[in-house]
Amino acid sequence: MAELKIRNLTKGFDGLEIIKGIDLDIRDREFVVFVGPSGCGKSTLLRLIAGLEDVSGGQIELDGRDITDLPPAARDLAMVFQTYALYPHMSVRRNLSFALELARADKQEIARKVEDAARILELGPLLERKPRQLSGGQRQRVAIGRAIVRNPRIFLFDEPLSNLDAALRVQMRLELARLHQELKATMIYVTHDQVEAMTLADKVVVLNGGRIEQVGSPMTLYHSPANMFVAAFIGTPRMGFLKGRVGAVNADGCAVEVDAGCRLVLPLGGAALAVGDPVTLGIRPEHLNRSETGPCLMEVTADVSERLGSDTYCHVRTDSGEPLTVRIRGDFSPRYGERLRLSLDVDHCHLFDRDGQAIGQPLQQVA
Amino acid sequence: MNTTTLPTAPRTTAPAARAARAMRRLGPGWFLVSPSVALLLLWMLVPLAMTVYFSTIRYNLLYPGDNDFVGFENFYYFLTDAGFVPGMLNTLLLVGSVLLISVVLGVLIAALLEAAEFPGRGLVRVLLISPFFIMPTVSALIWKNLLFHPVSGILAALWKFFGARPIDWLAEYPLLSVIIIVSWQWLPFAILILMTAMQSLDQEQKEAARLDGAGPLAIFWHLTLPHLARPIAVVVMIETIFLLSVFAEIFTTTSGGPGYASTNLAYLIYNQALLQFDVGMASAGGLIAVVIANIAAIVLVRMLGKNLTEKY
Repeated sequence: MAELKIRNLTKGFDGLEIIKGIDLDIRDREFVVFVGPSGCGKSTLLRLIAGLEDVSGGQIELDGRDITDLPPAARDLAMVFQTYALYPHMSVRRNLSFALELARADKQEIARKVEDAARILELGPLLERKPRQLSGGQRQRVAIGRAIVRNPRIFLFDEPLSNLDAALRVQMRLELARLHQELKATMIYVTHDQVEAMTLADKVVVLNGGRIEQVGSPMTLYHSPANMFVAAFIGTPRMGFLKGRVGAVNADGCAVEVDAGCRLVLPLGGAALAVGDPVTLGIRPEHLNRSETGPCLMEVTADVSERLGSDTYCHVRTDSGEPLTVRIRGDFSPRYGERLRLSLDVDHCHLFDRDGQAIGQPLQQVA
Repeated sequence: MNTTTLPTAPRTTAPAARAARAMRRLGPGWFLVSPSVALLLLWMLVPLAMTVYFSTIRYNLLYPGDNDFVGFENFYYFLTDAGFVPGMLNTLLLVGSVLLISVVLGVLIAALLEAAEFPGRGLVRVLLISPFFIMPTVSALIWKNLLFHPVSGILAALWKFFGARPIDWLAEYPLLSVIIIVSWQWLPFAILILMTAMQSLDQEQKEAARLDGAGPLAIFWHLTLPHLARPIAVVVMIETIFLLSVFAEIFTTTSGGPGYASTNLAYLIYNQALLQFDVGMASAGGLIAVVIANIAAIVLVRMLGKNLTEKY
């Protein structure tokens, strides 16, 4: 069992508030990912949970026990660091057994747990080596092994893959997902890489400026972002934004006049919108199509294109000067400066009010 | 300086190769290294050769002109001199004790400085380092007249305050006094090196250890000390080199006495050359000191060299 409750948590350094009041519930066996741009406080939040930083205010509760002021070792958590933080002069075996030795565990039990962890992570042949004799991926596995032998209630990962090369990162990502299933463990994972967040998480926590912007499953964040920040942060290439005004509001929809030169009717209940209100329309590259006919046509000028083979990401500029990205078939590449006609997929448009909050959530839910 | 045959040199026709060789001999490379080579010859080889020469002749300043070749007689007399065995033992004791004191206290003080956050830490650091910048003669005089002096010294005042008889440190514990003075000078060096090394210890390792349940003592024992192995080796090596030749401290305080109680090898050689005017025997002693220093260097490199080349 591992249920973590965070209540109104704050943290300041020298009068500067880094974490500005966080409330979060993490359920047993959940894989939770904290994601956000650098400096958003995600690592600090993890270190507060681990007990490596002192809390300025609020409460952390693990399985009904208040752990806010407990020292890190007493919290029953294990952490994997970005630089692995292996003990350089100890063999892999001693790195794994160090915590158990400090806890004066039974020798046979230590040996058994180390063997178990080595088997799960395929570290058997490396046990007698020193960390400097290991590759990056192997060091990473030792660091995870060091967490596993302690059998903690929650695993904490602080950007564990960011020191690996791209190919290894993909491989370790899959191994982490497998490990989560095998160990049936609760994991909290910090990353700035939204691909890691989307692929690994049961629940993503998007942080920005020390606050939670949105909590939800990866698909919820993708399909119904709560605000413009989440909408822009999740999804690659990022969502395009077009400024516009509310043209008309009635019972089954609201018409939006987009500055870029089109008018579309969105199936929104017209919640709290008045004619003339400034709004922002969000549309992802995959929901824009090159088309001569359609419900909402817009003429744009092609900028540069990025051809990936399967797809081409074409950067365009609307007549109102706003940048957009369009995903089109891989065999098409518009010339620089070419005029294109785009149609918007009305079902996948997102509408945000002047404060950047999404209007009429959810536009569309995917099961 | 054989630059004529380079195995990797491209094969060219014979005259061209000869021309290239001539170029190299006259070329700027040879010309540019010559000042340093000349300096080395002048400052190292010439004195060494002269010392070797002096050690084999009778050469006493009191008997000018009487410079016969005497073979190894000077070595024999130096090794059987009443001061040689105490001088050797004192040298070893001095080097060993100062190394022990400066490394152990150095590690502890550096660890305390690293662990504690207190106002004025920067100032304390500077104060701790500053004895290193005081020249040996001056620091020895400070210790002799302000601290150890049985009448006007601070230690004497302290003893009197508690009603005890003041100790005449330099007369009663001459070698211990010298050890204390030299340690006071070299402890800052150890602190400086170890403090810097301690700052390079990965903070995440410490945090990982904290999560693993290690307290401050366990972190010190299992992480900090192993991390310091290399800088400690550096401190030991460098201090050994300088401690083998401690002279000014002895000269200004005890003059090697009473008897030979605080005479080390360097002081013994000085004594032979400039107090007994026997340059020949002093030269023999100097060569023996060179041999001893080399033995110490070889032992140290064997013991600690692995520590220096091993990578983490």
